[in-house]
Amino acid sequence: MKLETQDFLVEVRNLKKHFPVLSGLFSQRVAGWIRAVDDVNFSIRRGETLGLVGESGCGKTTTGRCLIQLDRPGSGKVLFAGRELTRMTDVELRPLRRKMQMVFQDPYSSLNPRMTIGQMIAEPIRVHRVRQNGRECQERVAELLTLVGLSPLMAGRYPHELSGGQRQRVGIARALALEPEFIVCDEPISALDVSIQAQIINLLEELQERFSLTYLFIAHDLSVVRHISDRIAVMYLGKMVEIADRQELYENPLHPYTQALLSAVPIPDPAVEARRERLVLRGEVPSSLSPPAGCVFHPRCPIAIEECCGEIPELREVRPDHWVACIRV
Amino acid sequence: MPALLEVRDLKTYFYTSQGTVKAVDGISFDVASGETVALVGESGCGKTMSALSVMRLVSRPQGSIVGGEILFAGRDLLRLSDEEMRRVRGAEIAMIFQEPMTSLNPVLTIGRQITETLEAHREISKEEARRRALELLRLVGIPDPERRLNDYPHQLSGGMRQRVMIAIALSCNPKLILADEPTTALDVTIQAQILELMRDLTRQFGVALLIITHNLGVVARYAERVYVMYAGKIVESASAAEIYRRPRHPYTLGLLHSVPRLDQPRKAKLDPIGGQPPDLWRLPPGCGFQPRCKFAIEKCHEVPPLQEVGDHHRSACWAAERLSSGEL
Repeated sequence: MKLETQDFLVEVRNLKKHFPVLSGLFSQRVAGWIRAVDDVNFSIRRGETLGLVGESGCGKTTTGRCLIQLDRPGSGKVLFAGRELTRMTDVELRPLRRKMQMVFQDPYSSLNPRMTIGQMIAEPIRVHRVRQNGRECQERVAELLTLVGLSPLMAGRYPHELSGGQRQRVGIARALALEPEFIVCDEPISALDVSIQAQIINLLEELQERFSLTYLFIAHDLSVVRHISDRIAVMYLGKMVEIADRQELYENPLHPYTQALLSAVPIPDPAVEARRERLVLRGEVPSSLSPPAGCVFHPRCPIAIEECCGEIPELREVRPDHWVACIRV
Repeated sequence: MPALLEVRDLKTYFYTSQGTVKAVDGISFDVASGETVALVGESGCGKTMSALSVMRLVSRPQGSIVGGEILFAGRDLLRLSDEEMRRVRGAEIAMIFQEPMTSLNPVLTIGRQITETLEAHREISKEEARRRALELLRLVGIPDPERRLNDYPHQLSGGMRQRVMIAIALSCNPKLILADEPTTALDVTIQAQILELMRDLTRQFGVALLIITHNLGVVARYAERVYVMYAGKIVESASAAEIYRRPRHPYTLGLLHSVPRLDQPRKAKLDPIGGQPPDLWRLPPGCGFQPRCKFAIEKCHEVPPLQEVGDHHRSACWAAERLSSGEL
């Protein structure tokens, strides 16, 4: 069943983002390129949560940033509600930026230590001139703080006075300030304690339902991603290797990397753990400066064959709505 | 037979201008020879400080071990002189730290860091030390070890550095290794490699392992027994199987309910522990978990002692009995 384009809020086509590595003290020449995101295709439906998983260096954060044009893509297209963002100038983008926001990973460095909570949440409101006067702005700040489960009295505090979980709530309040449609959550809970993580996940889910938000949820913790996502996309070394519905991905992982990733996630139950089969990958993640030829995963792949060094596998739909980039599947 | 490590009523306090922080407030735990035990809790619970206390690495003068005994192979480590302790540290008890980048010396080669430890504790020649270092690198699965000996930490990935830490820890054949969040900073698939390696090696050499972590999955996979800490105290202890099947402390119960599990159908909502992590400067009187506890009663104003609630299963909770009977 083909879905209408209007059902997709975000569409990503052939996205590439390579970062130059400069060397030399005085005359900086390009010594190489980090292929952070290397020809990635996917779409996000309105109202859904797409989980984006992968390990460090896979390109998931860069992908998230390229979606909302925090980093401008090197090539490829990003469409938001059918409009192509990649061709727009900063001026044309500005009104659209209200609709796309980001919650950052580190609650300790994503808040300005020299601004009060209230000032930080009000900042986007002021920049986009959403409220007419100071009092309305303050009311909106109070409203947002309450929405995220904080007391409006926190507006006068500084970040260092808040705990990690509280700071992350502030980050979420700030992201909600302009009533966005789409939020990129970049590892929003990894830096938090386990018991606080659950609180923040619940909050994100409540807000999604209340405001009909669409999320791109970037994380490396598969258990959390599976809980919050509708569909999950798996990345490795700049490439998309598998996309499927969360239940399908868990029950039927087709890409060998996804299988290893799932196997590596420990389950908090000794009885279950004792019965599980372990798929331990050999080797290390190669550098994105010189990714392997052909399928980027082949050096570590338990089922790699000779052809895998030659062709770059395409992301194909091998089961309904289940996409895999592997020639052996 | 007495355990290899017996910690009795350990207290480590920090004296600051804002008051006294009781980072470790009267804990007792054991590790038997060859056993893998986990010390579990979230940030600030005192687990790292407990390990540092065993190694007598608590930073003075603000911090000091103010009470208790640390019996290792029969000797109370707290009564040893600095010189005697130095001979224990690294040789008989080794520690693996959380962030391999900051615990490896950035200006020394990998080889030097391993041989340094060997030369400090053993009477061996440089040649012998180098041979041993190569052997250790191979043991921990580092490819091309001859080359790696001359590399600096920044030239290695996080997983590799952690393997080097394990090599250093094993170098003098310790009887006990304290591993503080050994894989938290690593990617999931590398975590799996490192943990499997640690398990294989500790089994191979009969080394006891104390894993300090907040990751309940890691504990389930590798630990035989578990101690759960909160606000400087041990609140529950049992075998790993028992603690997951029949948690008897509201904190343990809360932790288990707040973690999504890959193998279970997706719950509509997670069941988090409400409230904030404890403020160690302003702990409430009585049970430290009380402000966040769903089952708190009047009696919780008194500190609950650790009591037997099952076979080798202890819980510090006035409501432990009612929890188990399913009343709550």
